[in-house]
Amino acid sequence: MNGGPGTVVVVGASLAGHATARALRGAGFDGTIRMIGEEPHRPYDRPPLSKGYLSGTVTDADLSLEGVDEDLGADWILGTRATALDPATHTVSLADGTHVRGDAVVVATGSLARRLPTDLMGVHTLRTLDDARALRADLLPGARVCVVGAGFVGAEVASTAAALGLDVTVVEAAPAPLAGPLGPLGPVVASLHARNGVTLRCGVPVERLEGAATGSGRRVTGVRLVDGSRVDADVVVVGIGATAATDWLAGSGLDLQNGLACDARGATAAPGVVGVGDCSAWFDPVRGRHHRVEHWAESRDRARIAVDTLLGTSTAPPAPAPSFWSDQYGVRLQFAGRLLGHETVTVEAGDPESADALVVYWRGDDAVAVLGMGQPRLFNRWKRSLSALPVAA
Amino acid sequence: MIRICSTDDVVPGEGLRITSTVPPIAVFRTEDDEFFALDDTCTHQDASLADGWLEGCRVECPLHASTFDLRTGAVDEPPARLPVRAHEVEVRDGEVFVTLSTAVPHLPPGVTLGAS
Ligand SMILES: Cc1cc2nc3c(=O)[nH]c(=O)nc-3n(C[C@H](O)[C@H](O)[C@H](O)COP(=O)(O)OP(=O)(O)OC[C@H]3O[C@@H](n4cnc5c(N)ncnc54)[C@H](O)[C@@H]3O)c2cc1C
Ligand code: FES
Repeated sequence: MNGGPGTVVVVGASLAGHATARALRGAGFDGTIRMIGEEPHRPYDRPPLSKGYLSGTVTDADLSLEGVDEDLGADWILGTRATALDPATHTVSLADGTHVRGDAVVVATGSLARRLPTDLMGVHTLRTLDDARALRADLLPGARVCVVGAGFVGAEVASTAAALGLDVTVVEAAPAPLAGPLGPLGPVVASLHARNGVTLRCGVPVERLEGAATGSGRRVTGVRLVDGSRVDADVVVVGIGATAATDWLAGSGLDLQNGLACDARGATAAPGVVGVGDCSAWFDPVRGRHHRVEHWAESRDRARIAVDTLLGTSTAPPAPAPSFWSDQYGVRLQFAGRLLGHETVTVEAGDPESADALVVYWRGDDAVAVLGMGQPRLFNRWKRSLSALPVAA
Repeated sequence: MIRICSTDDVVPGEGLRITSTVPPIAVFRTEDDEFFALDDTCTHQDASLADGWLEGCRVECPLHASTFDLRTGAVDEPPARLPVRAHEVEVRDGEVFVTLSTAVPHLPPGVTLGAS
């Protein structure tokens, strides 16, 4: 790209896409930016959807990601889905039959919530603002809620619904919740459910959702588990993870095995096409392989690196250790680093059982990850001292 | 102008939360031994900026890493969108004095004036 691109097409107008547009302007890019988003909404923040927005303390206006006086001078094409990409000509096809052509393309289409096959009313997933509005409208006083999946989104919804005074049961197929992201601390964090009056049933997968006819259509009445038992429910929230929203790239020739494969600076195999955010699997030099990350901080922080890649510059600060947070039952969880299994843990402050602790994960003598439960100050200090040495293959 | 604390109360490179003001403020002491004061509560959610990470003339919120300019309170990037107030600081004889800003504070959703 001699002299850099004149027009950058950003597909996905949410956290990663918006951060990329900001970073482009921040880097002095004065060409055209075209933002294509399937949702009708301006860029908004997803984490509150399972927390304050669901409980009602956070308003629509609070969700905006745009700065108060921000004007990126971008063309916004919202409410329109991209259906295909021709990487050679940087042409994006839209669902309305039109095409948008640029000199570079940023793929930032995020994740899609996994669903259970059902058309029963009262069954929800939670990924978008519209999902959150629909769920909020269903969380009526007296409703019995069953959350399928004890991952972060499921746990947060359970926590919010319990705080609203609802009767909540969480069912989880795996024997130990959160073992992947938190290792041995997963069950400790999951014990927050029981301590807050929420029933957690682990190790029993869902057989099917059961429903009954009502005046307005068939509605869910409960969740049948494979051991034959049943959880009665008026509302079911399915929180069983998310897949990369790369379906629209089928036929582009790009590597989509588990997310859009990118190098350690966001470049795909196609010149002038970069990937950022949840939809992308950047090469992780520590793991020695591509790795898809589905967390807020990465989606924002990698935008600047991807812009360097697009513009051929190197101004972005090095990416900090991967990190995420979750708020459940009034406990602020913060995690940074990479778990590969077999880490040992030490408690450096507080007590995990009382949900106020700083826990460090070690590989040999190297501190490789840290979990804070209500310890923001200590967490931030440990986070910066983590070792990020490549793991011997 | 009110006396807030002694210079020795604040460790270089760190912040100190002061709850005698409404809303609470944070006094920061940089590695270069300069003192600054901001509203302590992040404008995004209820986090104490005194717990944040100080780097140069900025403090990074300890929860979601928006950073605020110690001189102006301006925020750099999401998730926070609104600035915190910056308060005038004077250091005299080992004591830190602050003139509180008269601007309206931007408190995060769910936080009200007076609650600390
Ligand atoms: C309920 C919830 C709570 C969360 N809480 C936390 C948390 O506490 N901490 C944390 O670290 N992370 C959290 N996350 C994860 C975090 O929100 C994501 O990592 C982040 O949103 C990823 O940003 P993104 O821009 O890559 O993708 P997304 O935010 O998913 O945005 C992608 C956008 O692209 C659009 N799009 C998709 N396909 C197309 C297409 N073909 N054409 C045009 N547009 C398209 C989508 O409609 C969407 O608007 C949470 C996520 C959810 C859903
Ligand atoms: S609480 Fe400060 S950035 Fe979220």
